[in-house]
Amino acid sequence: MAPLDDKPVLDVRGPGGHPLDIPRLACGAMDDLKSYAAHPKHQEDCGFPGELIDNWQEVAIAKIGELADKNRAFQVYLDACVKCGACTDKCHFFLGTGDPKNMPVARQDLLRSVYRRYYTFAGKHFPWLVGARDLTREVLDEWYNYYHQCSQCRRCSVFCPYGIDTAEISMAAREIMDTVGKGQKYCNEIIAKVKVTGNNLGLNPKALGATLEGLEEDIEDETGVSVRIPLDEKGADILLITPSADFFAEPHIEGLLGYAKVFHEAGVSWTLSSYASEAANFGMFIGSYENMREISLRIRKAAAIDLGVKRIVFGECGHAWRVAYSFLNTLAGPFDFLDQNYPIPQHILEFTHNELEKGTLNIDKSRNDEFRMTYHDSCNVARGSRMGDKPGGQFEIPRAVLRAVCNHYFDMDRDTIKESTVCCGGGGGLLTDELMDLRIKGSSPRMKALQQVTEDHGVTHMAAICAICKTQFSKVMPKFGYEMDSILSVHQLVSNAIILTGQETDEDTAPIEGAATAGAE
Amino acid sequence: MSTLYAVLFYLATILLVVGTGLKIRKYAITPAPLKIPTTPAPTTRSGVFWRMAREVTVFESLFKSNKWIWLFGYMFHAALLLVLLRHFRYFTFNVWWWVELIQPFGKYAGFAMVIGLGGLWARRILVERIRYISSPSDHLMLALLIGIGASGLSMKFLSPVDIIAVKVFFLGLLRFQINELPNQINLLVHLALVATLMIIFPISKLLHGPGIFFSPTRNQVDDPREKRHLAPWAAELEK
Repeated sequence: MAPLDDKPVLDVRGPGGHPLDIPRLACGAMDDLKSYAAHPKHQEDCGFPGELIDNWQEVAIAKIGELADKNRAFQVYLDACVKCGACTDKCHFFLGTGDPKNMPVARQDLLRSVYRRYYTFAGKHFPWLVGARDLTREVLDEWYNYYHQCSQCRRCSVFCPYGIDTAEISMAAREIMDTVGKGQKYCNEIIAKVKVTGNNLGLNPKALGATLEGLEEDIEDETGVSVRIPLDEKGADILLITPSADFFAEPHIEGLLGYAKVFHEAGVSWTLSSYASEAANFGMFIGSYENMREISLRIRKAAAIDLGVKRIVFGECGHAWRVAYSFLNTLAGPFDFLDQNYPIPQHILEFTHNELEKGTLNIDKSRNDEFRMTYHDSCNVARGSRMGDKPGGQFEIPRAVLRAVCNHYFDMDRDTIKESTVCCGGGGGLLTDELMDLRIKGSSPRMKALQQVTEDHGVTHMAAICAICKTQFSKVMPKFGYEMDSILSVHQLVSNAIILTGQETDEDTAPIEGAATAGAE
Repeated sequence: MSTLYAVLFYLATILLVVGTGLKIRKYAITPAPLKIPTTPAPTTRSGVFWRMAREVTVFESLFKSNKWIWLFGYMFHAALLLVLLRHFRYFTFNVWWWVELIQPFGKYAGFAMVIGLGGLWARRILVERIRYISSPSDHLMLALLIGIGASGLSMKFLSPVDIIAVKVFFLGLLRFQINELPNQINLLVHLALVATLMIIFPISKLLHGPGIFFSPTRNQVDDPREKRHLAPWAAELEK
């Protein structure tokens, strides 16, 4: 059973500590965890009322009906659940906290109970029979707390016999709450920032340009080769859209250096955009089609009007890739002005994987020999998108790239990877300090799976392809006995292993005999 | 009594057909604004057909999820299907050959049905997570189904009913005539419970039956980069 106290957890494994061990119910354990409310200005920037409106109850109930008319998933999922219990042990937040309201079905029921009360025969006439309840202030507060304890990772949807996706319900719940003026600070502040400055961090074009110049110098100092990281270059072939964390945070930056080196060696012309300098689209987290569309259209404008590129490539970002892969064509398409010979959009790993297969990259795997690697499948890439031509390419391509640039690679427990991957605990709009307790507990299944491969195979580092995963892990890993830099970008390992054309290699980094075969599995 | 049951069955049939029809219509006309298949997902329509076929014939996702729920759930649903098919013999004048064929299995499937339901109910009571998510209606639904199974079995194995008369009654209903229904308690209980089930079908969680076919995470093709998906209301935003 996972500990429920607030103390930092050093070793949560204990006897029989399988990553997916089911805790006893701890009713009310996370009742009081509330993320900060959005500032009225940010609410209004997102098109929502600044504060809770007077007739919130009436508006919220009407909004449920509106969503049931506009979104088939919402309507079907509210009706179809039979309470079989298959999902009850599938959420990492339940496994980590024991709070029954973090069981997917119970989280859905917070809203389903209200839907039933106002929209179904049984709930209108026999509320006690079907667990229907009035929408009261207490219920609204409960929604706020528990729909901000869902990272929308879709693990439950894999296991539900009807494919009920709690993420759809939690997105809808957040949209209903936003509509009545009860928004969350973290998400809505970020959406407001994107609309003003083009990225989640509020980084202006001048600062961005200076940062990129600094990074170019870093590469030149390290390799002796001049590698460009272009910004706003009209007529470039490729527009790279990457999470803004790649510009300033570790280990994200190392990934950006990796993209730059790969583009350089592939000999393609590319550019970043200061107008669309953000891959992440927090409009998804709050279930707002309109906000998600508005943010996506920035990418269209940058690509089509400002820069006139032929291709769009996305950097390492989990939810961003879901929005890009699954929604971008819907939200901001059609992209008939781009080169149709390439996937629109393309993932940087698809690009790098192609280059590796073509043999354009000079790779020295032994440069990563200090790392014994495993790979964390980011939830929204794993269960909400694809890479390559075949289903499951989102699992195979990152692993193929890792194996091509590292000698020591090991997978974690099969039940915690690929489509069954457990979320990092910080996705879906939860990557904010006031939710740290939840984030630590929610990461415990992943951390236990990591501890297993550390014990079994001496794994030292974990790679990920999501800005949220990377930030979250660098924060929570120290609670589980790892250094904060034990989380790496996949393209950081690519960057380490690439020998640039014209790069002088010293003896320290020359291949060590036998290293190429040792430990590879 | 015969008239009462005749009215009850006409009413139940109308509510079942119209109610479920309206629900299916709602599911069908409500657009899915975004592509949300749970990936890895099939990239072709025929792939989706097979994914859905596996879900409804072998409960693939449930099998991945929980072997006990799968075992009891599958036992119940498979047995229910056999039992339902077997019941065709009471609605056709000449018994179809394949109904004849499954008769020996269908007769005993009733036991599997009740055992499966019992297993599900035991889990609902004994497993604290499932107890937590259960409403009174979830227990009553199981009671209702077990009641139908048990009363049916009692007619087959404990106190047989004049089955010819029952068949005459239902064939009569199909031709809008009301014939005499045997006045036997287990039969009357069985039929009343079945009518109840038909009536609550469109207003209860039994909608999971039609619902699964409309579940976007299961019925969508994974092809968003190749094909633009746009809901009608979303297209309005582009004007």
